[in-house]
Formats: sequence, structure tokens, C-alpha cells
Amino acid sequence: MSKTSRTSITVPATAKKGSIIEIRAIAQHDMESGFRYTEAGKLIPREIIRVFTCTYNQVEVFKADFYPGIGANPLIIFTTIASESGTIECKWVGDDGYEAASQARITVS
Amino acid sequence: MSKKYLLSNVALIFLAAIACVSAYGASIQKQSSYELMSSENKAMQDDSSLNPAMFWVNDGQTLWQEKLGPKNVSCASCHGDVKKSMRGVAAQFPKVIKGKLQTLESQINTCRVNTQEAPKLAYESKDLLALTAVIAIQSKGMPITVKKTADNASYLNQGQDWFNKRMGQLNLSCAQCHEDRAGLRLGGSLIPQGHPNAYPIYRLEWQTLGSVQRRLRNCMSGVRAQHFEYGSPEMAQLELFLMWRARGLPMESPGVRP
Amino acid sequence: MNNLINPFSSNTRRSFLSRLGQLSLATIGSWLAPKIAFAKKQDADEAIQKITGGALVKDGRVTLVIPPLVENGNLVVLKVGVQSPMTANDYVKAIYVVAEGNPFPNIFTAYLTPRSGTANITTRVRLADSQTVWAIAQMSDGSFWRGSAETLVTLAACTEVV
Repeated sequence: MSKTSRTSITVPATAKKGSIIEIRAIAQHDMESGFRYTEAGKLIPREIIRVFTCTYNQVEVFKADFYPGIGANPLIIFTTIASESGTIECKWVGDDGYEAASQARITVS
Repeated sequence: MSKKYLLSNVALIFLAAIACVSAYGASIQKQSSYELMSSENKAMQDDSSLNPAMFWVNDGQTLWQEKLGPKNVSCASCHGDVKKSMRGVAAQFPKVIKGKLQTLESQINTCRVNTQEAPKLAYESKDLLALTAVIAIQSKGMPITVKKTADNASYLNQGQDWFNKRMGQLNLSCAQCHEDRAGLRLGGSLIPQGHPNAYPIYRLEWQTLGSVQRRLRNCMSGVRAQHFEYGSPEMAQLELFLMWRARGLPMESPGVRP
Repeated sequence: MNNLINPFSSNTRRSFLSRLGQLSLATIGSWLAPKIAFAKKQDADEAIQKITGGALVKDGRVTLVIPPLVENGNLVVLKVGVQSPMTANDYVKAIYVVAEGNPFPNIFTAYLTPRSGTANITTRVRLADSQTVWAIAQMSDGSFWRGSAETLVTLAACTEVV
């Protein structure tokens, strides 16, 4: 069973070679913590995004482990060096077969 | 009556008049609850790469094109490009259309049921929120233009009565907090004036997007009152009054609130 | 669906405390509450021990920024930055963020490379209560550095669960 949801990444369209660029990545996900109860007293099982990875022309440049303490619709902002033109891809993997990905092209001169 | 007595009376009336005018002036200084938020939360609302509500707006754009019902029509079939046809529309709601007081949500459902012949969407459902969000964002930055008209006067007055009516176990009216004590604190939170100029909102408390009616139900739970039902006439009347009360404030939809 | 009891919001604490009050077990209440808080700090300390393997953790180089007063603990902007040249020989390998007052101590872990440029991360986290949050940075040379931030999480008025 594969689940997915909307994601969005913000990457500058162009950058100078060697400059530091900021990448923003956000996924639409409830990040059910596993600590909530229904009013009837039933525990709602944990269902969160577990791992976030970012690749730059297929080379991993950033990774993060998410735990229940990350807020819903998780956002992460990090930096990387604009090394060459190509594709920056962000992937999210989580519980219950959740998988999502988003790409952006960058032109580096 | 002596001249002195008359003069002092006139002076008193004059002072009272000034006090009234300045009190009136103070009470109509409208302030969006955006101003009460932390800088981080303001940034979350202002930047579309940070605002979680944008996911619903994107879903709404997709739904706008979805053909439904026996006639196989979408919103776009009649209304074309949402950016053009819905520009400024949310800033006019609630309004009386064909004799019925409609909120944005109820009007969307009226279109779905009557024109598309599709089942109506449940309040707070993902789809209804998405459509409300994509329509409301087309009014972003535009002032609320709800006016008192012959058509809506009776509903508006009814809404005003709800606003001033004490309710619940705590026996409080909306006005007592949001009119008389706006700017003071309730527990750790600043009391806002309560203008609905940012709906639908991504409320941090809900961890999701929600409508003004959901928020009003929270208010009513807060005073331990029996809350109005979604889509009820009372809700529409109160929403109409609140939007009229907020007239002139720019729309911020879709907003972020704590 | 919306009548949920969420420990990341004020309500569980509020209803827990009110139930204690109702039982008029004020003395036991004041004994229990700090014990639970103490247990969570122990979990946080254990989590940090697991990360460092008992190695020395130096204070400094790590800056953790959380708003000192939080309107709603469900979504709090957290910024962490580590001073580092971020070169191939000297860079931040990982940043671990651990909370002293959450039901589960680890919040997130970020893994960086010499290609990262900076060791600055921004994310949005859940904070269950007023607490201290720690950020532990592991350098490429194996050393550990730490920074922390304290915050007050206020109760939201007019919520759904009564």
C-alpha cells in the first residue's frame, strides 16, 4: 500500500557556482504523533514521515530523521553549495508505505 | 436657573460628548488578529513557501477543474479561470442571493447541488476547505466590502443580537471579550477583536485548515455554550454580522492563527 | 474527529490537573507532577547518552533559537546553527535535537556533508510544555558540542476539547 501527498520545494532557479543556496521543503502530512487519544480513550496510532533526503544530481547532500515531535505539514530549511546545473530532488518516506518526491531544476553558472 | 449653573451644565455636556466621540473612535479602530501574532507566525502566513494552507489552495485549483455530475460540468465550465471570476468575491460574503443568506461554503454547495447535480460537501471536509481556500485567496489584500442593505438588514441585526447575547455556562457574550476587552489578556493569550478576515485559516491548535464556523464553535465551547450547527441560519447571521463589523479590513486568506 | 486529547497541546495537562484538583489530592498532585517532568528529563538525558556514547560534550558553537514565549506548542519555529568552516576536513556531521519536556525526547536529526555550505537548519516542532530543548552537534573529528534554548509554552484559549 503506497500513500503519498502534495509536497513543495523552493530552490533558486539560478545560482553562481560555489555559492550557498537555501532549500525549503514542505510536505502535506498530519504527522500523527501516536500520543493522541480519541474522546473514547482509544490511542490513535503513530503515522509520521520518518526520513527526508535531498539529492543533487542523484548525490545525497542532506538527510534528516523525523520523530513525532516534528510539527504537522513538516517544513525543513537547509543549505547546500550550488555546485553544478541539474536537478535537486527531495524525497519523503514514512509509515504505512508513505512516499513522496519533488524535483526542481537549477542552473548554475 | 443661574448663568453659572447653565455654563457648568454646558461644559459637562461638552466634555461628555468629547468622551463619547473618543470612546467611539477607540472602539472602531479595527485591528486584525494578525497584529497580535509572533513574528514567526506572521512569516508563516505571509510566505507561501512556509504557509501550510497553500496545499489546500493547490487542491482547490485541481477541484475547480474537476467535472462532476450527470451534466459533467466543473466549476471552470461556468466560472472559467478562478483567478478572474472569483477575484474579490470572498470579500463580499456572506450575502443574500436569490432571497437566501449564503456563506461562501453554502454557496459552493448550492452550486454543486443545483448546477453540477453532485452531492454537497460536508463542512470541514478536505474538498470544501480546498474550494473555499482557492476562492478566498483571490480576495487576498482586498478590503471586506460587506454592507448593510435592505436585503440583509434583518439577518445582520439578528447576527448582531447573537454577538451581544450572553450564552453558555460562563454566561458571556462575544462582545464582552472581543469588543469590551479586546487587547487585554485571557490566560496567556491576547484577546483579539475577532475579525474573520483571514478565513479559512491554518490554525496551529487544529494542526490543519478550518473554516470560520469551526472557529466560532470553538468560541462557544469556550464559554460552555451549545454551539451552533454547521451551515445553520444562526451561523450565517453571525458570520454576516462579523464580516460587516470587519468591513474595510483587508482579507488575509488563507491565514495562519495560533 | 476533532475531540482529540493531544499531549502536545495544553489540554491533557489542563484536564489532568483539573481531575487531580477534583479528587482534592493536592498533596499527591504536587508530588506526581514534578515526578513526571523529572522522568521526561531522564528520557532526554538517556537519548543524549545514546547519541554521544558517553563522550564528553562541550558547551558552545551550537546556537538553538526558539521563541521564548510560544503562543501554541503545536507548531514552533526552531532554528539551529553550528559554527563550522564546513570544509571536507572540518564539517558538522550531524545535529541532534532533543527535548526535555516532550513525550518522546528526540525531535529530529539532521545529517550534513561538506557540500552543505552551512550548518543552519530551520524546522517547525511540537513542544508539549514549557521546557529546555537541546541541540547536540557531532563534528567530523568525532567531537560533540551542544547548545540549548528555554521556552514558555502558553495555553491556547477557546479550544475544542472542553
